[in-house]
Amino acid sequence: MSVAIKANRLTPYMFLAPAGVILVFALLYPIGYMVYASFLDWSPSQRIGQAEFIGFRNYVNLWGDEAFRESFWVTIRFAAIVVTLEMFLGVGLALLLDRNLKGMAVLRTVFILPMMIAPIVVGLMWRYMYHPTVGIFNRTLKSMGFEGVPWLSDSTWSFIAIVIADVWQWTPFIFILALAAMQSLPRSALEAAEIDGASEWQKILLIKLPLMMPVLIVTLLLRLIDAFKVLEVILVLTNGGPGLSTEILALRIFRTAQEFQELGEAAAMSNLLLMLLMALTIGMFAYNRVQEARVARQRAAAEKDDD
Amino acid sequence: MPQIRLENLVKRYGNFEVLHGINLEMEENEFTVLVGPSGCGKSTTLRMIAGLESVSDGEIFINEKPVSNLEPKARDLAMVFQDYALYPHMNVAKNMSFALRLQRRPKKEIDEKVGVVAEMLGLTKFLHRKPGELSGGQRQRVAMGRALTRDAGTFLFDEPLSNLDAKLRGQMRAELALMRQQVQKNMIYVTHDQIEAMTLGDRIVVMHGGYIQQQGTPEELFKRPANKFVAGFLGSPPMNFLEAEVQDLSDRSFVSGKGFELVLPEDKAAAVASSSSKAVTLGIRPSDLHYSPDAEDHESVDLQVIVSEYIGAQSVLLCDCGGQKVEVELKSETPIALGETLRFAVNREGIHMFDRETEVAIR
Repeated sequence: MSVAIKANRLTPYMFLAPAGVILVFALLYPIGYMVYASFLDWSPSQRIGQAEFIGFRNYVNLWGDEAFRESFWVTIRFAAIVVTLEMFLGVGLALLLDRNLKGMAVLRTVFILPMMIAPIVVGLMWRYMYHPTVGIFNRTLKSMGFEGVPWLSDSTWSFIAIVIADVWQWTPFIFILALAAMQSLPRSALEAAEIDGASEWQKILLIKLPLMMPVLIVTLLLRLIDAFKVLEVILVLTNGGPGLSTEILALRIFRTAQEFQELGEAAAMSNLLLMLLMALTIGMFAYNRVQEARVARQRAAAEKDDD
Repeated sequence: MPQIRLENLVKRYGNFEVLHGINLEMEENEFTVLVGPSGCGKSTTLRMIAGLESVSDGEIFINEKPVSNLEPKARDLAMVFQDYALYPHMNVAKNMSFALRLQRRPKKEIDEKVGVVAEMLGLTKFLHRKPGELSGGQRQRVAMGRALTRDAGTFLFDEPLSNLDAKLRGQMRAELALMRQQVQKNMIYVTHDQIEAMTLGDRIVVMHGGYIQQQGTPEELFKRPANKFVAGFLGSPPMNFLEAEVQDLSDRSFVSGKGFELVLPEDKAAAVASSSSKAVTLGIRPSDLHYSPDAEDHESVDLQVIVSEYIGAQSVLLCDCGGQKVEVELKSETPIALGETLRFAVNREGIHMFDRETEVAIR
């Protein structure tokens, strides 16, 4: 092989090199650092070299930690509930707004505004609205003659409060993806269904939703990954309280590092969360792969007996 | 079986009118073909009959019942789409039985119907495949099968063969003609392909610019085109058009132009006499021109060969006639040379004349 050809083969890697360097320093290094830290008994006053290596003890401790298990459970519950609600609302809205009416473009833009607001701002906004005396919810309730609701001071209500805030912020995400999926559906298949005698509901249930399913599944996984990592809104709204009722995992990690000064343990928790999210991400990739493989197989079968 | 009638059908998009009052009657069990170039309004007409487009004005009657405000499903139709419009997530059997399943017919009846139609179309071994696993021709057949399984009173076809390659299209055209013999139903078929129209239709409706140009049997349209558009649209290779003047002499009339002078048969002469216009467009189909070196002067034209297209037994010659182009067909073995001038006898029945201003046939 001549030198020129060799150089040619190497060219793409040379172009990739800068990105590779950034990847190593900005991504792999911190993650490696975190994994390493999760095996240490390390407080912020120590340099990492001074920390004691304690093997898996952080992980073992977590296993026995009631508070950690509680916050793990809160996270699962939170993610499951918000993502379910958001899927139903987002897809429902998309089904309703998938038509060409005047002003629909404006309406669609308005719908996706919440997604664009910084999470801290969303948290502050909802905290004012949930305020027991001056918040709009309780004022409205009182003016209508009802009791005020202890939005952020009761453990059940505060969980509901963070669910509402998250649904408000993230339903639009599902809405726009579902709408895009819906608008790329084959129009003639829907017309054929109409002629075949399908009612609007039957068209939705038997044609639209099944055809949108691949997009919806990916959307669901993306949202699930996000919901597991949520932090700012809840930090501002309830700071995990009252008690541990809204202390999701990200918040627990934040507090372990910040308040309890247990960097090693916080790293261990981060690792667990990372593994959970990795599982979801791999699940998503696997799903995509299966889909692609199926399409490829179908195409191959079609070409084989093309007459 | 229902009879279909369109009365003054108009379609507007905003202020833009695309169909200008279509009047059409289709007999029972008739195979009607709407044919025309793209944008002529044929698909719009079909989609209005199907109920997929709203009716701006006028009315559609099926069995004397106005249907323009009814949902598609209430019109008792089946439709085959240009892109097949199969349900990608259902297998062939499910695709074909969709309408029947919506009607909640008993499973046994559905399976039986699907079985019969699949057998007829040669789809039996593909019943469990999804559309993505089928070739173009097979998908086309499934689309056809779905319409047949439905067992509706009227079948609508929206350019069903135009996504297939030429060879497959010919094959499917023959299958359609065969199916036509087995299934006695109203069929309305939209195509831009005049060969499909001629071979399949009981009645052809030629559309252009949102108007019906002419309707009738394939033979009527071919032999007695109502205007220059219909004459030029049907037939392959297309009719030749030559600018000409009509001259009346005491005993005979002639139609003449640069490089030719033909005597008119008596019926044509009489038709021209009663028409005001002497400036005409002469139309002669390639099939009405025969190579004949000994033909009479006034019953033939002399053509100079410019290009010869060999297509097998026949060749198509592009010739020059006094500066105007004329196409003729010739047996390929005839020894000719490019640039040579040949004499072609004109079939008397094959002389068509059109008013040069209005393009309406003079007959």
